[in-house]
Amino acid sequence: MSDLLRLATAGSVDDGKSTLVGRLLYDTKSVLADTLEAVHRASADRGLSTPDLSLLVDGLRAEREQGITIDVAYRYFATPNRSYVLADTPGHVQYTRNTVTGASTAQLAILLVDARKGVLEQTRRHAAVLALLGVPRLVLAVNKIDLVGFDKAVFDTISREFTEYVTGLGYTADALVIVPVSALHGDNVVERSEQTPWYTGPTLLEHLETVPVAPDPRDVPLRFPVQYVIRPRTPEHPDYRGYAGQVAAGVATPGDEVVVLPSGRRSRIERVDTADGPLGEATAGQSVTVLLADDIDISRGDVIAAADDQPKLVDELDATICWLAEKPLRAGARVLVKHGTRTVQAIVTELSGRFDEQNLSLVDGPEALSLNEIGRVVIRTSEQLPVDDYVASRRTGSFLVIDPADGGTLAAGLVGAPLPLRGGVPVQLSPGP
Amino acid sequence: MGKGTIDVTDSVSGSILQADLTLDALEAEAIHIFREVAGEFDKPVILFSGGKDSTLLVHLAYKAFWPAPIPFPLLHVDTGHNFDEVIEFRDNLVDKLGARLVVAKVQDWIDDGRLTERPDGTRNPLQTVPLLDSITEGKFDAVFGGGRRDEERARAKERIFSLRNAFGQWDPRRQRPELWSLYNGRHRPGEHVRVFPLSNWTELDVWRYIDRENIELPSIYFAHRREVYQRDGMWLTSGPWGGPRENEPVTEMTVRYRTVGDGSCTGAVQSEASTVDEVITEVTASRLTERGATRADDRLSEAAMEDRKREGYF
Ligand SMILES: Nc1nc2c(ncn2[C@@H]2O[C@H](COP(=O)(O)OP(=O)(O)OP(=O)(O)O)[C@@H](O)[C@H]2O)c(=O)[nH]1
Ligand SMILES: [Mg+2]
Repeated sequence: MSDLLRLATAGSVDDGKSTLVGRLLYDTKSVLADTLEAVHRASADRGLSTPDLSLLVDGLRAEREQGITIDVAYRYFATPNRSYVLADTPGHVQYTRNTVTGASTAQLAILLVDARKGVLEQTRRHAAVLALLGVPRLVLAVNKIDLVGFDKAVFDTISREFTEYVTGLGYTADALVIVPVSALHGDNVVERSEQTPWYTGPTLLEHLETVPVAPDPRDVPLRFPVQYVIRPRTPEHPDYRGYAGQVAAGVATPGDEVVVLPSGRRSRIERVDTADGPLGEATAGQSVTVLLADDIDISRGDVIAAADDQPKLVDELDATICWLAEKPLRAGARVLVKHGTRTVQAIVTELSGRFDEQNLSLVDGPEALSLNEIGRVVIRTSEQLPVDDYVASRRTGSFLVIDPADGGTLAAGLVGAPLPLRGGVPVQLSPGP
Repeated sequence: MGKGTIDVTDSVSGSILQADLTLDALEAEAIHIFREVAGEFDKPVILFSGGKDSTLLVHLAYKAFWPAPIPFPLLHVDTGHNFDEVIEFRDNLVDKLGARLVVAKVQDWIDDGRLTERPDGTRNPLQTVPLLDSITEGKFDAVFGGGRRDEERARAKERIFSLRNAFGQWDPRRQRPELWSLYNGRHRPGEHVRVFPLSNWTELDVWRYIDRENIELPSIYFAHRREVYQRDGMWLTSGPWGGPRENEPVTEMTVRYRTVGDGSCTGAVQSEASTVDEVITEVTASRLTERGATRADDRLSEAAMEDRKREGYF
């Protein structure tokens, strides 16, 4: 399913993310006449001489009034080569959780800097979040290049500083492309700029069109969290018993030896079913129904996994979390953990470190984790969970931390320590073959 | 998925193979969402009007639970301003699936005084109260809607699982982060969650999928001769909601509908597209959005949709 490219924007407030997204939509002719007319009208009402393309994405009243993005907007466009799902995220620190939302599923992030301001604290924070979430590819758009007279020297300085920083985060050279752009005027977004003869790389769109989409890594074998048990009990299907789910990793093939976790019982895949008929195999991302050779007790929350290479079964999660709630996290907090299709009670037993994304270091034993902070924790769960390390498998290595009182989502959780630390050995974020 | 061949004539945007990969991914995502809801909620319900998006929803629900029947009832908030073809289609489909359909008639709310008819006669905005009352009465805790993010920019901001308070309201500033494909459907008693499995579909995706899966639709989505009159730049037709005013001459044209809603404010578009293939070609070439072309209710103001959603609209 590689021809759908999922993108997210990131970068500090006012660096021009929404304008860039608007420009991409506009220059790929993805904006239809009535929408465009509405933007022209709204821009004129605000006394602007050129249409404000950020109005194409800043869809909430409060966003238009304040001229900032508050929540993620999802936009879609297609070229002859690809379909794109684009998440435009807010730059304001207060709304970092919405940036995390947009970036969690992205295959490529477009990080912006304002050429006049260069790499800011917020730029580094966002780059660190992208690395933590394992977004495999980055584009740095050095925006508002028109406001520095299309100066190559400015571009070079920013490029150097940024490259050094993200190399520390684990990004390899082939995972990063840097483009000088003007979102407002369209330079090097879709059309090549005549003002930057010194730039020989691709325009933003040229890069998006040709960048290989990293396939889901196949080194983690079958992981199939059971969502729902299908038992029709109808005259045509009196004995049908199928386990419905989406393949989270690996491949499900009839004949495979599998283990059901946490119970540990073994069986064999008899059939991989869909409403369109049985399949020869199902790969990561496919929603199917698995039938097993033996009649064993399986329900929602169980994981069907490759018998010869199983996930770790743990009741103590060694994890990294990005705290997304207003009230700070302290050791001892009682929470719910949602992993795959299973939700269990849990206690955060230890806060072992807070990540300092400016210096890529770990501050030992923090008192608490506040809004938008990233930290290392130990979480004890009431039941065993079958997990993989996040770096090996995004789907089976991620979890939510939920507030048992009001059901709110408190944190994004990642199994293991995917943190890029200075002096440590960073996880290599290379886009792979 | 996995059907091997498809017959999308894909003139403008891309190869046939690409369209199929995208549709496979969208289908798998929607099926995953249906199953999550079935696994986590006590009483889900599917909003079903007989229009193309809700018909697509029902088709995906069917595939998600096959060979078992769809484990939820359907709910139609009926404005009374219907196209006969759509109601007939709705009832046929419900019969074929053996599903249970609950109909909430806006007329009943008007008759007993809980709602008053608007001076302009439009009943789209009047759907909110019967919808919320039906959700409360049926104790529904998850409500599937056919909303797509590409329809409108306030919708583009909505989560796939969208929490509503006891008043059915949407608070766009306090949406839960939605991470990976881990949906959080936790809610307190009285609250419910609106679920949008088609969030990431575009109008073109919908039509390509309808083509690939051979999904049947009400006939008014295809070109037909119809008497229409013009109002506010839209081609309206007469029906139970009334007809042309004195200065609105009636002409007969070949038209089709791109969206189907309350008859009083849903416009027809001039079109010769009488097959799914022809509709795909037309949608690909269209320079107007489906709502811009056909919905008077969205033209009210810059934030018309956001305001209605805040109040609890679909
Ligand atoms: N001169 C110039 N101005 C730009 C450019 N790109 C954006 N702007 C202006 O910068 C301001 C902020 O742009 P936005 O697109 O709203 O910025 P943003 O990054 O989306 O902001 P947040 O989402 O709130 O973080 C607007 O006034 C834009 O018109 C550019 O390339 N050149
Ligand atoms: Mg913005």
